[in-house]
Amino acid sequence: MPDATGLELLAAELREQQADAVRDTEHFRGKAALHVDPAAIRGTLLFLREKGFEFLASVHGLDYYPEEPRLGVQYELLSMANLDRITVKLRVPTDAARVESVTPDWPTADHQEREVFDMFGVVFDGHPDLRRILMPEDYEGFPQRRDFPIGGEPILFTKDEAFGRDYTA
Amino acid sequence: MTEISDYRRQEDAIDVNAPRQPVVLGEGIEQELLTINFGPHHPATHGVLRLLVHLEGEVVRDLKPIIGYVHTGIEKTAEDKSYWKVVPIVERMDYLAYYFNAMAYCGAVETLVGVEVPKRAQYLRVMHLELNRIMSHLVWLGTSALDLGAISMFWYCFRERETILDLFEMSSGQRMHTRYIQVGGVIEDIPPGFAERVRAFCEVMPDRIDSYRDLLEKNEIVLQRLRNVGALGQDELLALGVTGPLLRSAGHPWDLRKAMPYSSYEDFEFMIPVGTLGDNYDRFFVRIAEMYESVKIIEQCLEGLPEGPYITEDRKVALPPRWELATSMEALIHHFKLVTEGFRVPPGEAYYPIESPRGELGCFVRSDGSSKPARVHMRDPSFVNLQATAPMVKDLYIADMIATLAALDPILGGIDR
Repeated sequence: MPDATGLELLAAELREQQADAVRDTEHFRGKAALHVDPAAIRGTLLFLREKGFEFLASVHGLDYYPEEPRLGVQYELLSMANLDRITVKLRVPTDAARVESVTPDWPTADHQEREVFDMFGVVFDGHPDLRRILMPEDYEGFPQRRDFPIGGEPILFTKDEAFGRDYTA
Repeated sequence: MTEISDYRRQEDAIDVNAPRQPVVLGEGIEQELLTINFGPHHPATHGVLRLLVHLEGEVVRDLKPIIGYVHTGIEKTAEDKSYWKVVPIVERMDYLAYYFNAMAYCGAVETLVGVEVPKRAQYLRVMHLELNRIMSHLVWLGTSALDLGAISMFWYCFRERETILDLFEMSSGQRMHTRYIQVGGVIEDIPPGFAERVRAFCEVMPDRIDSYRDLLEKNEIVLQRLRNVGALGQDELLALGVTGPLLRSAGHPWDLRKAMPYSSYEDFEFMIPVGTLGDNYDRFFVRIAEMYESVKIIEQCLEGLPEGPYITEDRKVALPPRWELATSMEALIHHFKLVTEGFRVPPGEAYYPIESPRGELGCFVRSDGSSKPARVHMRDPSFVNLQATAPMVKDLYIADMIATLAALDPILGGIDR
């Protein structure tokens, strides 16, 4: 893991390239993280790739409800040569949940961005095939959001189906 | 609700059937592409996987995996449970690697809490993780050989798997989804007689793996089916995020147990089997070679098993032992609090990656300071590795697609979660 100093150096270098790319740095339990501006995500990841973080391990979606901006997307980068990990975090509000897709640079992000879109409704601009992946195609709503109720699913009971009753009401 | 209607528009705009990879028809050949639906209920898909396959004659030109048929919302359910009650749910994701799911989750929570796991617990974890790895590879080997038409492999592999499940039953009371690994350690110390039975297993297992290898390696049909089929290079695999035996079979010796050791893996001596070409032959034999290494690790665990507690002494996260409840008021209070409310975890976010039988299994946990996780996300290796199917099977015969899919070892419970 880049230590606290290494992280600050990375952030400073990144700020030189793009003035307001880095919003904050974080060092928690030995793990470094960069909080970046959503608009700068693709550039940041490419910059980190130059620094050796060549493997995109994971993309997580989060909902920080009730904090604002609510939605979060996190990218876990791994450097296999330096045995190093770094997290890149960004936050977007629900009414403008758009992030530039990194799939063109990292093909592995394809499924993972689709999952974040499916579960949280973050739209990845430039993703080649942004569709729901785990939920049915005609599903409405984003089930992993914190205000989406557990057990609030409309359920089709066979008895209602037989009588032609609408179960969605 | 603008996002939903946006989504509708987007959905209408996308042709699910459109091939993602450019399709070049042979010159002078007048062939139509045939799109067939393969699965979700098909014995060769190793679960509920649906593939949309574009065929030219019998040759696969493009393929699109469609998943989500066994999505059960485990990550959502986890947000509604206290930390220690999440363990049995996450175990049900990748149902062949339940110890690994629990380990990744507990590791992430332990990172957030900052609790130290006793050395004995770490060794017990490693012992069970490796038993589980062998078990998972055995199921994979049996079912994959079945896909190639070798039915006897299935019976042999499941015979040894039974032995391992009996061991799991002995140490935890359950054969599957054992809930053995806990936050702070393991649920119980190993019972008397367990070590002897594991040792006996370790003695016979290498011979058994020898015989599996002979059955496959000296079989002309198997060799012809596997060699030079479905190869994919390191760079492509890395770009697609593929890890585990698939990446190692292409010659990249990346193994988190060696590269970034966790749970005392640095104490053990073992090798990382790698392949050369990355074809199906390498994928088979890298996994078979891994089983020998796992046996070695288990033997070293038994040899060097340290004395000491099997779970952390920190009463704030781990239950006090039963006998203490009768004598100590504080133990009773803590037991009550743990069982009813669970322990609270300081706010923060942690990602804990481990090497599962299929690659990097990472668990991301976000805590908001309450006794329930605010987000649990599994980076499941099968989910990511599945993206490599299309480039792997391009221009292969449909029968080789089945073999390649088997060599990929996708576990749909882990993919869909």
